[in-house]
Amino acid sequence: MRTIRFLLQKEFRQIFRNRAILLLIGVMPVMQLLILPLAANYEVKNINLSVVDHDHSGFSQKLISKVTSSGYFKLSGYSASFKEELMAIESDRSDLILEIPQGFERGLIREDQQQLFIAVNAINGVKANLGGAYLTSIIRDFNEEIRMEMVPSYRFNEAPVIEITSSNWYNPLMEYQFYMVPGILAILVTMIGGFLSALNIVKEKEFGTIEQINVTPIKKHHFILGKLIPFWILGNVVFSLGLLVAWLVYHIVPAGSLLVLYGFSSVYLLAILGFGLLISTFCDTQQQAMFIMFFFMMVFILMGGLFTSIDSMPEWAKLLSAFNPVSYLIEVMRMVILKGSGWKDILPQLGIIALFAVVLNTYAIINYKKTN
Amino acid sequence: MQLPAVDDVSFEVKKGELFGLIGPDGAGKTSIFRILTTLLLAEHGSAWVDGFEVIRDYREIRKIVGYMPGKFSLYPDLTVAENLNFFATVFGTTVKDNYELIKDIYVQIEPFKDRRAGKLSGGMKQKLALCCALIHKPSVLFLDEPTTGVDPVSRKEFWEMLNRLRMQGITILVSTPYMDEATRCDRIALLHNGKILSIDTPENMIKSYPEQLYAIKADQMYLLIKSLRKYPEVLDCYAFGEYAHVSFKIPFEEYLLEAYLGAEGLSGIEIKPTAATIEDYFIKLLKT
Repeated sequence: MRTIRFLLQKEFRQIFRNRAILLLIGVMPVMQLLILPLAANYEVKNINLSVVDHDHSGFSQKLISKVTSSGYFKLSGYSASFKEELMAIESDRSDLILEIPQGFERGLIREDQQQLFIAVNAINGVKANLGGAYLTSIIRDFNEEIRMEMVPSYRFNEAPVIEITSSNWYNPLMEYQFYMVPGILAILVTMIGGFLSALNIVKEKEFGTIEQINVTPIKKHHFILGKLIPFWILGNVVFSLGLLVAWLVYHIVPAGSLLVLYGFSSVYLLAILGFGLLISTFCDTQQQAMFIMFFFMMVFILMGGLFTSIDSMPEWAKLLSAFNPVSYLIEVMRMVILKGSGWKDILPQLGIIALFAVVLNTYAIINYKKTN
Repeated sequence: MQLPAVDDVSFEVKKGELFGLIGPDGAGKTSIFRILTTLLLAEHGSAWVDGFEVIRDYREIRKIVGYMPGKFSLYPDLTVAENLNFFATVFGTTVKDNYELIKDIYVQIEPFKDRRAGKLSGGMKQKLALCCALIHKPSVLFLDEPTTGVDPVSRKEFWEMLNRLRMQGITILVSTPYMDEATRCDRIALLHNGKILSIDTPENMIKSYPEQLYAIKADQMYLLIKSLRKYPEVLDCYAFGEYAHVSFKIPFEEYLLEAYLGAEGLSGIEIKPTAATIEDYFIKLLKT
């Protein structure tokens, strides 16, 4: 016990003397949580819309003002020639073309039906998809409105109509920050834990201090615990800092209990520290450790379900992400913070992460002995 | 091809002895130290330190030896006092308990005790490393090239410190590539390419040098050595500082040699008998 206490004292002294690390732990999470969630926004706004109006009637004006007042579209062109607006798409000044046919108003009143044409620039897939969908739903709305206006006397529709209204559970306003912040926090905790533990032990190798430690009666598990505990604490500090920022800046209050969150993050940190430790046993220099860690981090982050949903990945990728500890943390964070999941709901993830922790740490300790 | 770092090496160090492993870089000094301090496993053979076997009793050995690696390996971001305290605690003791042992050395670095170890000068680092290796009162002290890269004055001081430590009954194993430091040891082992060439006291080694050595000097060193090697009675000849060290097959006539060298076009010739050194002995061993 005394040895561990002393190792911890030494470790914390070194950490608090290293300005770069302190900065990394204190400023990085706050900065990233302030910037990234605002930038990483899936909501598409400012879609450039060109309108080709062959009708110039009251109805076509009404439709255009309805579309532009939705906030999603910016009227970038208005003319009577489709060719001209197609040029605008080609030169990237426009994303969508809405063509209103000649006699739109007259036809609508006389024949009770009209057709509109939408052309979408599909170079930017997300913008095209969402833009098309937004526009379609606005036109549908418009359609409903004029029906109400034109046939007000009927109390019941002659043809049955199914109207769909959806409500977004757990995130009623579909705030992207609610979705992104827990995910980004998960990545931050992973980076801090993984990098710090991997680099720290390799640093002792590089400086030769590990030699000096090895000729002392310090036991291996003491040494390793002396390394794991400080970074476990720091990881939880970063986690708390992140939750604080989420609360103060984004007003995200975890719907579930903090105990569940900390319980999971504690086990998760053990797993990720074990991973860092394992990498350090394979490396002789900090440079090597850095590059290997970067490789895994890239995979972990891009395949962790932060940006793209794991459910929409191909089968092999889904299988791969089952071995990605980050995906479990992101999942659990969102479950607990947004949905208010409790112990029982996160039990499967907790079990898997605990298994990760045991396997990674055991392997690291075995490998550590071998190479010394 | 894999080259063994240490091959068929066997030696014994008496209690309280100052024993030197002398050899050029790559001779295998560090490997021997690492095996004896349980950092490296030898493929074959066995070794004992203070009665403990290096593989079976490695835990015991780690409690009783002090090791100072050739490369400075204390924590550069901890202060002098913190490093010392840390290593004392790691061995389950305190600086106060064993202060007597390190006092002489520690007083020299005490003015800097709040300075970070990484910011010390080379000689100071060396002293701190020695303090840290001594703080748990080891029965055997391993010093791997402690004087490499240290200025001549600090080197002299360092050997005086080792002498005082030996007086206190600590067995010391020290390695060095400097042959001139060999005479400061009680006994030395000359090492080359992983093999021990000879083990004896430095005095005996010098005494056992078979021929009388001559130191010869001339203004043109390169030509001098070339000419001497052509001279039929010369047994061996090599550069040694500003002189050439020469031994002869038969007792030789100084005036004949001088005449010969003069005829070869050399000037400023000086010939004098000289005592053999450990380095001469080492060169002799390498050639036989």
